[in-house]
Amino acid sequence: MRWKTAEYAGWGRALRAKGRLARPERQAELARLIATSPAPVLGARRSYGDACLNPGGDAILSTRLDRVLEFDTQTGEIEVEPGLTLADLLRLARSQGFLPPVLPGTGHATVGGAVAMDVHGKNHHRAGSFGQHVTALTLLTGDGPLRLHPGEAAFLATIGGLGQTGPIARVRIQLERRQAGAMRVTETRAADWDALVSRLAESPAEYAVAWIDATARGAATGRGIVEEAAPTETRRTARERRLRVPLDAPRLALAPPVVRLFNAAYLARVPKEGRTRDIPCESFYFPLDGIADWNRLYGRNGFHQFQCVLPEARLDALRAIFGAIVESGLASPLSVLKRMGPGRAGHMSFPMEGWTLACDIRAGDAGETAIRALYDDVAEAGGRIYLAKDALAGGAMVRAMYPEHADWLAEADRLDPNAAYATGLTRRLELRGTS
Amino acid sequence: MSETWIVLGASSAMGRALARSLAERGAGLILAGRDEDDLAATAADCRARGAADAEIARLDIGDPAGFDDIRAMAGPGRVNCAVFVGDMPAQDEIDADPALIDRVMRVNLTGPAQFLTGLLPQLSEHGGTVVGVSSVAGDRGRQGNYVYGAAKAGFTTYLSGLRSRLEGTGAHVVTVKPGFVDTAMTWGLPGMFLVAPPERVARDILRAADRKRDVIYTPGFWRAIMLIIRSIPERVFKRLSI
Ligand SMILES: Cc1cc2nc3c(=O)[nH]c(=O)nc-3n(C[C@H](O)[C@H](O)[C@H](O)COP(=O)(O)OP(=O)(O)OC[C@H]3O[C@@H](n4cnc5c(N)ncnc54)[C@H](O)[C@@H]3O)c2cc1C
Ligand SMILES: NC(=O)c1ccc[n+]([C@@H]2O[C@H](COP(=O)([O-])OP(=O)(O)OC[C@H]3O[C@@H](n4cnc5c(N)ncnc54)[C@H](OP(=O)(O)O)[C@@H]3O)[C@@H](O)[C@H]2O)c1
Repeated sequence: MRWKTAEYAGWGRALRAKGRLARPERQAELARLIATSPAPVLGARRSYGDACLNPGGDAILSTRLDRVLEFDTQTGEIEVEPGLTLADLLRLARSQGFLPPVLPGTGHATVGGAVAMDVHGKNHHRAGSFGQHVTALTLLTGDGPLRLHPGEAAFLATIGGLGQTGPIARVRIQLERRQAGAMRVTETRAADWDALVSRLAESPAEYAVAWIDATARGAATGRGIVEEAAPTETRRTARERRLRVPLDAPRLALAPPVVRLFNAAYLARVPKEGRTRDIPCESFYFPLDGIADWNRLYGRNGFHQFQCVLPEARLDALRAIFGAIVESGLASPLSVLKRMGPGRAGHMSFPMEGWTLACDIRAGDAGETAIRALYDDVAEAGGRIYLAKDALAGGAMVRAMYPEHADWLAEADRLDPNAAYATGLTRRLELRGTS
Repeated sequence: MSETWIVLGASSAMGRALARSLAERGAGLILAGRDEDDLAATAADCRARGAADAEIARLDIGDPAGFDDIRAMAGPGRVNCAVFVGDMPAQDEIDADPALIDRVMRVNLTGPAQFLTGLLPQLSEHGGTVVGVSSVAGDRGRQGNYVYGAAKAGFTTYLSGLRSRLEGTGAHVVTVKPGFVDTAMTWGLPGMFLVAPPERVARDILRAADRKRDVIYTPGFWRAIMLIIRSIPERVFKRLSI
């Protein structure tokens, strides 16, 4: 197996790493690599910060291990290699009358990445997290493959476990039997924060999420669009779009006035009385995937995503955090508010019952200072930040936000005593101790 | 009835990509190579993607004794075969161990040629498509990999003769000359440029097979690049360090 020395980054492109990359095309090669030179396994690098970086060290890419190993079309159980993309999983599941029960906002992410971050989707309040639908998985260890099942200590440490228990070589997922020809989406406008929040809180919909305008001030603060959806049997197929952002955009592209215009236009798309449409499943789950490399819109220096979740009872604190984002003027067009259920499947899983807010912010001193201040507010309110998005937090704070960190660490250290799978993120946050 | 394809070297990235595309068209597949665990995984994947059937076969291209069994798996009638087996040791490894030249010739030329020659009767009687993956490296001997290039040049010539031999029988031969493709063979090699994803190559191959093209370069711009490279006079070419 040859190694390739490369410079690479996560989706936010604000942090970069240089190191050797291997990309096994076969399971036997992955096993050989792990036996001879263990290194963290990365998926599609759709995490924003350094969760998917190993600066100065080696890393193994899972992207060519992307096959379906078993698909029981009677029961909907599917066993796959970790590099299978979620877009592929969606396509294959639908072809047999099933749906993946949980999908995040990009179909480029891999199944391995979805497990290691225990990702959530627009239906988290109903369906829980990705890991809750994993019925078994295979981890590679120095002593060979290890089959894990829900409830086992190593399973709890692997789901949402940031890859620290070792390479995930196969994943078994219980799909949901659904005839989804398209998604029936209802969009309604909400005039301000209170309207938005109550609409989300009362929504009976299977999928419910709000797009929130982080530029509107005064009485309009917190205005946005609530999107509620459910699968429908009506068929809608996505046109194949081939848009690509070819270059790093100049600073102007997402300058505040441009963002304000974009937001106003986005809001105006939806008529006052709201609208209901059937849209292709891909466009619903992965709205931005039609534009390849859209992260380049933020220019060469990249961007960050601030994402937190606060407990149900601290909605007031979230309102204040959102207010601070609006005040900072660092807003991006992509701010998302969602109610989360309690569902989570691992010690280090992000979700908690409450409210999650996500907002993109251009990299640079102003943005980074602002994000760190927001992090303090999140900690204060008993919330947590999402490690799939983070590039800036401090270790002590994050360890306090994840109360099961010690349980996770015990398992990670047992399965990977030399911290061979440590990444930029686990070192920055000293999640594996100070080793 | 669905078409049946024998894929030699189905454990290569390009072979896997072609097998998957064929699976989505509902083909029956016989996947051959040495890494049987890997082939089994690809077979399962192809079944999940819609293949009428996907079986695996152990193939050592240096051992023609096993060829009959694989050819028999396709059953009588129309048959299609795509050859991806290949081996490209570094030129300096070959310089250090000239015996490697035998292996390069066997894997890239004589093995595939023997397999296809054994398929001749069935092809000429019932028709079918042969896809032979050669390489731009066969278009001119470069100091960097001329042994591999010589083997591929031989394979290209073999395919050209086979095409002519089968003309009028309902069987057709496509010669495929990929440029640089993003596979295990090229991962981490210095000097790579314009590297194409294997899925792109698979798409070009299927289109060429459907349209009964004779010789394709993939991606297509390699035809122009190789036209230039072939037209450089030998007296100049020998001084170039490419
Ligand atoms: C546009 C966009 C929208 C998003 N929307 C959402 C959302 O709605 N909800 C949500 O939860 N997340 C969301 N995300 C985040 C994304 O889902 C996660 O970061 C996910 O982990 C990315 O998967 P990946 O394959 O790119 O993994 P990577 O980013 O490459 O890796 C993530 C982690 O997984 C580990 N890992 C990956 N594969 C393996 C393996 N085989 N074995 C062991 N460890 C492994 C890595 O070591 C790393 O720690 C979004 C990201 C983007 C870019
Ligand atoms: N990558 C490029 O840039 C490029 C460019 C032009 C042409 N090509 C050609 O494209 C084809 C596929 O190459 P690739 O890049 O995908 O390389 P690869 O991954 O190294 O594939 C080589 C294939 O050949 C098989 N093989 C090797 N020796 C064999 C033997 N003795 N018996 C049986 N099978 C054998 C391997 O199967 P097992 O390991 O299972 O035995 C494997 O499937 C090759 O013919 C190559 O020459 C490649």
